[in-house]
Amino acid sequence: MWRYVVKRLLWMIVVLLGVAFIIFTIMYLTPGDPAEMLLGTQATEAEKAAKRAILGVDQPYLVQLGNYFYQTFIKFDLGTSWIYETPVVQQMAERLPRTVFMNLASMIITIIIGFPMGIMAARNQGKWQDYGVIGLSIVLISMPGFWVALMFVLLFSVQLGWLPSSGIGGIQYYILPVITGSLAGIAGNSRQARSAMLEVIRADFVTTARAKGQDENTIVMKHILPNAMMPMITMLGGSLTHIVAGSAITERIFSIPGIGLYMLNGISYRDYPIIRGCTLFFAAFAAVCTLLTDLCYAWLDPRIKAQYQSGKRG
Amino acid sequence: MGKADSNHVPKHGKKKRPNEAWKTFKRVFKTPSAKLGGVLMAIIIFCAVFAPLIAPYDPYTMDLTDLFATPTLKHLFGTDAMGRDVFSRVLYGAKYSLALGLFTAFIGTMLGVVLGSLAGYFGGIVETIIMRFCDIWGAIPGMLLNIVISACLGTGFFNTILAMSIGTFPGGARMTRGQILAERSKEYLEAAESINASKTSIMFKHLLPNVISPTIVSTTMAIGGNITAAAGLSYLGLGIQPPTPEWGALLSDGTTYINSYPHLLLYPGLVIGITVLAINLMGDGVRDAMDPKLRD
Repeated sequence: MWRYVVKRLLWMIVVLLGVAFIIFTIMYLTPGDPAEMLLGTQATEAEKAAKRAILGVDQPYLVQLGNYFYQTFIKFDLGTSWIYETPVVQQMAERLPRTVFMNLASMIITIIIGFPMGIMAARNQGKWQDYGVIGLSIVLISMPGFWVALMFVLLFSVQLGWLPSSGIGGIQYYILPVITGSLAGIAGNSRQARSAMLEVIRADFVTTARAKGQDENTIVMKHILPNAMMPMITMLGGSLTHIVAGSAITERIFSIPGIGLYMLNGISYRDYPIIRGCTLFFAAFAAVCTLLTDLCYAWLDPRIKAQYQSGKRG
Repeated sequence: MGKADSNHVPKHGKKKRPNEAWKTFKRVFKTPSAKLGGVLMAIIIFCAVFAPLIAPYDPYTMDLTDLFATPTLKHLFGTDAMGRDVFSRVLYGAKYSLALGLFTAFIGTMLGVVLGSLAGYFGGIVETIIMRFCDIWGAIPGMLLNIVISACLGTGFFNTILAMSIGTFPGGARMTRGQILAERSKEYLEAAESINASKTSIMFKHLLPNVISPTIVSTTMAIGGNITAAAGLSYLGLGIQPPTPEWGALLSDGTTYINSYPHLLLYPGLVIGITVLAINLMGDGVRDAMDPKLRD
């Protein structure tokens, strides 16, 4: 098991190096002059050249890449923002708790609401609870998340005045962002849970359990759920990544100064250090979430666990 | 799916193929929800194609005497900040949003299928390189990659399609590879290899047709999500820009006036939601029809 964990951690480092390389290359290939973006079109050619030298964007690709990797992975310095002229790491550290809190809260809500909904639907297959869950989840998946968020602002902040529409402060500022951020995830998880349950409900061992007169609750808790958990957890990794990616737009809508909003600001000013740093952060965040779900999976499934322990894999 | 079948002689006589297509069609639209999706989609496509005939006003003509009109019979969805009729703009915008969803899902899946089948069929070093690359590419959350790439490529219809397609291929590649690995050990491939069929012929004539159905399902499922994602990009000021009446651009326009004129947001958003809903309902039908486990 430990060998597997270590191997996955090492692979995660390789993935992050790869992500850094890809993002750097995409930014390098982007047409447009960063110096002109910063100084405006009136700047003289000499001023722009001086700026380019300061930013280091006048050097050849490999030199820039080497510098970037050295700074990021050896000195753990994500550079200084071109537009705000503050260190990116410092800004990100300040914004980190908000983004992480918002994302974790959304993830927990999608799990504790989505899974039970799907399980309930599967247990009542063909009844109104089932149709209710299916209908609700397909509607939630279909509505654009940011539009639903705006509608919630309209209803709960503008019309009813119950919750603040933007900014940060107490916990009440996070209620709307977290709820709107988790709607699609709830829908996705309940669909997954429902189909995973239905797959297992048809299995022979469930029929056997029923035939020997086992009571229904024990069948669900002891026979169906443990087996249905596996595909549910597999899909969880994907849905968590989705929440992380969606948080940028959520932060923009609710003006929450988190890492997502920082990244969008960086994008509108072509501020490469910000974009690189934030993308790397989100990739790392998503990678950790995926790793945790994979470990859960290996830990929960005795078959896979046995494989790692006997050394066949890992 | 069909081409591989045309090689062998149908067992039960003459016209089997049109019958087969009709059967698939009936299977897709078996459930009431898939029928509902199909009808909604037909209406939306009709509106997109005949927008110039249906639309009561020109989508770009401004009417400065009638700004921010709330919805009435004269202007079904009201008018925007420049007095343009929102209903007409939504009708004209349909073709952009539908095309975006369709092309990005198709191109993204195709890229995935090509890479995944190369990896699955050749194995070895090719497989390792392709799959590791997909792992790394896929480690960047999809929407963020879309945002970064479209910020780099710039705005506009084709750039958005490109940005979104190359942002989504790793999933398709992984799926196709898995399918091919499952099929590779089957006997018909051994037979094809033993009669000395070329690698490309085996891949395109024998292997791909047999792994294509999950691809069709995932493409259908991706269309809806991509329409929403494209709208999200336009909302952020990337993607497609006003005055083009793409639906996300309409929402982005409307956000400025959210407090005073919510109708500018409400109706375009509802239209996006209903369109994606119709596609997803049909997608579920396609999945049920193609999934061999559920097929009776």
